[in-house]
Amino acid sequence: MGLLDQEFTEGNIVIAKTEDLFNWARLSSLWQVGFGLACCAIEMMATSASHYDFDRFGVIPRPSPRQSDVIIISGTVTLKMAIRVKRLYEQMPDPKYVISMGSCANCGGPYWEHGYHVLKGVDRVIPVDVYVPGCPPRPEALLEGLLKLQEKIRNESIVKKSA
Amino acid sequence: MSTSNFVTKFIKLMLTEFGKIFVFILTAALFVVVAIYVARLLRPKRPTFEKLTTYECGENPEGSPWVKFNIRFYVVALIFLIFDVEVVLLIPWALVYKEMGIVGYLIGAIFLILLAVGMAYEWKKGDLEWARPKIKEPTLEEIKSFDINKEELKTVS
Repeated sequence: MGLLDQEFTEGNIVIAKTEDLFNWARLSSLWQVGFGLACCAIEMMATSASHYDFDRFGVIPRPSPRQSDVIIISGTVTLKMAIRVKRLYEQMPDPKYVISMGSCANCGGPYWEHGYHVLKGVDRVIPVDVYVPGCPPRPEALLEGLLKLQEKIRNESIVKKSA
Repeated sequence: MSTSNFVTKFIKLMLTEFGKIFVFILTAALFVVVAIYVARLLRPKRPTFEKLTTYECGENPEGSPWVKFNIRFYVVALIFLIFDVEVVLLIPWALVYKEMGIVGYLIGAIFLILLAVGMAYEWKKGDLEWARPKIKEPTLEEIKSFDINKEELKTVS
């Protein structure tokens, strides 16, 4: 067991400062799983490229979920792929975050009614932190989603939640 | 005396050139050990079955990760090793080449000639050839007189 993670039941000034440090470190180096599913992945790559420069927020694509903090579900999650997506998410080390990018990953998108092979929202298999709307979302929208995620991480706590 | 001044004095007086390298290696080793140990203390630890399985791009891990390489690669590896060592030995030689003069040139030349002879021997022996299965190409007459087996055609169709 770790020394810090959920070992305390109530906070104090030391724990609050430690939290601030941890959260700052986590939100400043969100390494993403380097994978894409559909056309949204093209926008994700554009966000990583020089014009939008994902790297300035500390987002670097990693070739393995073992080294990643955030998984960006960029595109249509088919039923076949959903199993793999779930396993990739499970294989990431804690703490891990999920950005659902685009209508398909959010709710099935254009495949909502007749897409016999599409998962109607990736949140049916993994817990999603931030939804980015759009079909596909512009890189600015993905950046906004990332900023929202950073805001969320900034307010996280290492204190064990009381039941 | 300021701290940085003291440190520079200490390094100048107390450490030899190799001592500096020793301090460097020590710092490197300590850095790794401390970083791994501190991370072990601080990180959340929630192992699950999926997290502990082998990563294979989201698929079920299949077969042994100990993949066998073709034995033919060993010759390439051996030759690579020879030239690797050559480079390692030639770099310090090149650094003092000017001061050594003609003697240094001769030493380097003998070393290189020895390696070149070894290389030539290897080449002659055919170790640089990739051992391929020998395919006998059919001649034009053979193709013309080639008779299709009627029995085989029946089974195909």
